Amino acid sequence: MTQSVVRDPSAAAGMPTGVRASRLQRFMWRRSTLAFVLVLPLVVIIAGLVVYPFFYSIYLSMLNKRETQFVGFDNFRFLFKRDTFWMVVRQSCLFALSAVVFKALIGFVLAHVINVLPDKRQRLWRGMMLVPWVMPPALSTLGWWWLYDPTYSAFNWILETVFGAHVAWLSEPGWARFSVILVNVWYGSPFFLIMYLAALKSVPPDLYEAADIDGANAWQKLVHVTLPMMRNIIAITTLFSTIVTFANFDIVRVLTQGGPRNTTDLFGTWSFKLGIQGGDVPLGASVSLFMFPILAVLAYFILRNVRKRTTEI
Amino acid sequence: MAMTSMRRSRRWALLLAYVCLVLFAIFFLFPPYYMLITSFKTNEEISAQAGIPLIINTAPTLFHYTDLITNTYFLTFFKNTIIVTVLSVSISMVVSVLAGYSLARMRFWGSTVMATGVFLTYLVPETLLFIPLFKVIGFLGLLNTKWSLVAVYPTLAVPFCTWILIGYFSSIPKELDEAALIDGASHMQMLVKIFIPVAMPGIIAATIFAFTVSWAGFLYPLAFIYSNQEMVLTVGTVTTLIRGDVFHWGGLMSGALLAAAPPVIIYAFLMDYYISGLTTGATKG
Repeated sequence: MTQSVVRDPSAAAGMPTGVRASRLQRFMWRRSTLAFVLVLPLVVIIAGLVVYPFFYSIYLSMLNKRETQFVGFDNFRFLFKRDTFWMVVRQSCLFALSAVVFKALIGFVLAHVINVLPDKRQRLWRGMMLVPWVMPPALSTLGWWWLYDPTYSAFNWILETVFGAHVAWLSEPGWARFSVILVNVWYGSPFFLIMYLAALKSVPPDLYEAADIDGANAWQKLVHVTLPMMRNIIAITTLFSTIVTFANFDIVRVLTQGGPRNTTDLFGTWSFKLGIQGGDVPLGASVSLFMFPILAVLAYFILRNVRKRTTEI
Repeated sequence: MAMTSMRRSRRWALLLAYVCLVLFAIFFLFPPYYMLITSFKTNEEISAQAGIPLIINTAPTLFHYTDLITNTYFLTFFKNTIIVTVLSVSISMVVSVLAGYSLARMRFWGSTVMATGVFLTYLVPETLLFIPLFKVIGFLGLLNTKWSLVAVYPTLAVPFCTWILIGYFSSIPKELDEAALIDGASHMQMLVKIFIPVAMPGIIAATIFAFTVSWAGFLYPLAFIYSNQEMVLTVGTVTTLIRGDVFHWGGLMSGALLAAAPPVIIYAFLMDYYISGLTTGATKG
């Protein structure tokens, strides 16, 4: 959407004679038909496998378990009465908020730290820091699962040799929540690092020179130059990551399967259990639909920020 | 005087930066490192609980890798993943290049709304739609086949790929295509001869994105596929390599590492394209 509005071929043609106009009309018509044909595959894919399933999901959520009868909002009413549902709501919010805050902080610090290095070194360090984000999360989480193993693995060995302590990483609810969040922070921080580093590099250097001349210290430069210039990217990245984190599936599924006793379940993993494993497709659909309002609000703000950014540039 | 103190404070900043980087590098790289050494340890060493687990204490072994290749479905998973990835990346790229060109250059009624719509679909997570898609895949008769993934993965890749391509295509100067039009080039010729070569960095970035989505996909295959013959690497590694109550850690880690290797290798070479695509895509578009 960066392009400057409409490209008007009649302006280029410029001759208002009859012949010209009809040829131009034909050209325009052919052009818009072609344009439509070119976007058609995209429209078919999105309409058939995104928009239709979404509405179908709303319909599904209003059926009974065997999908034979329309029950209106009964599934939602049923969920509202279940403690597990509210626990999943709280856990999803806790998971998304705490993970995003830490990812954003780590990404911010690392972006600054890498940015002060000499150019040649920057690539090397950035590359190393990106490894967690490059591995498919379902697979890297297997590595974490092994690290968290209570008897044979590294974490408890370190804790026992250094402190004589022993932690039941994945079987005690508090620690299990912590473990799941830690893996998400590990996996997601590099994304913030990349985005923030790109933002830092896009700040015009003369702004810092001007700040230097005005005698600003490092902190003042950060608050008055860097942050205002990065504000938009920070907003977009954070909102985007909140969506992705909130809708996370892989990490929890591999690490704890939502256990112990649903204490690490998120919307995604719980609806998978109910809908696919438990065979109650309508109830599973209702659970995952609960994500929609939250995602819609976040998407609205992302779009607003992206628009603001494009008009700024 | 001022110069030396500035240089000194700069040196301190650099030192602090390196300390910070080393700490975070340990945090980020320790899990893959630990996976790697576990995959070379013998089963006896893993279960003996003797010595320091952070290094390989007895002679390293390739047993887990040979076992993985000869005694499991790992190669079948690998083959399935390659088929699924190649097909869904090709479909996604053809669809996004055509749509991106159309939306960037051939403005028509509703094209701005459509570009926004494409961006919004990019924000739809898998977890919102896997249950209705499970039913849809059932109607299509694709349940428990790898083709189900070829059908659904483009929905994840196409929106973002189209979005970044719109950005790249729009940045190509208008004079170029006007000149081509005057020379009598058709739109398709223009796309193939001018737009695709000039927007190559964007196309590479989009391809890497589509590749990542297909290779790393976990929820859809977990929901749609249950037989070993049709399974892909992510789900196959997680579900079939975990056997019985004594975990087969060495085998599991070797499987996870081999399955994660292709994306890591691709990123090692093409990271710069991907990053510039990602950052311009998310910030300009």
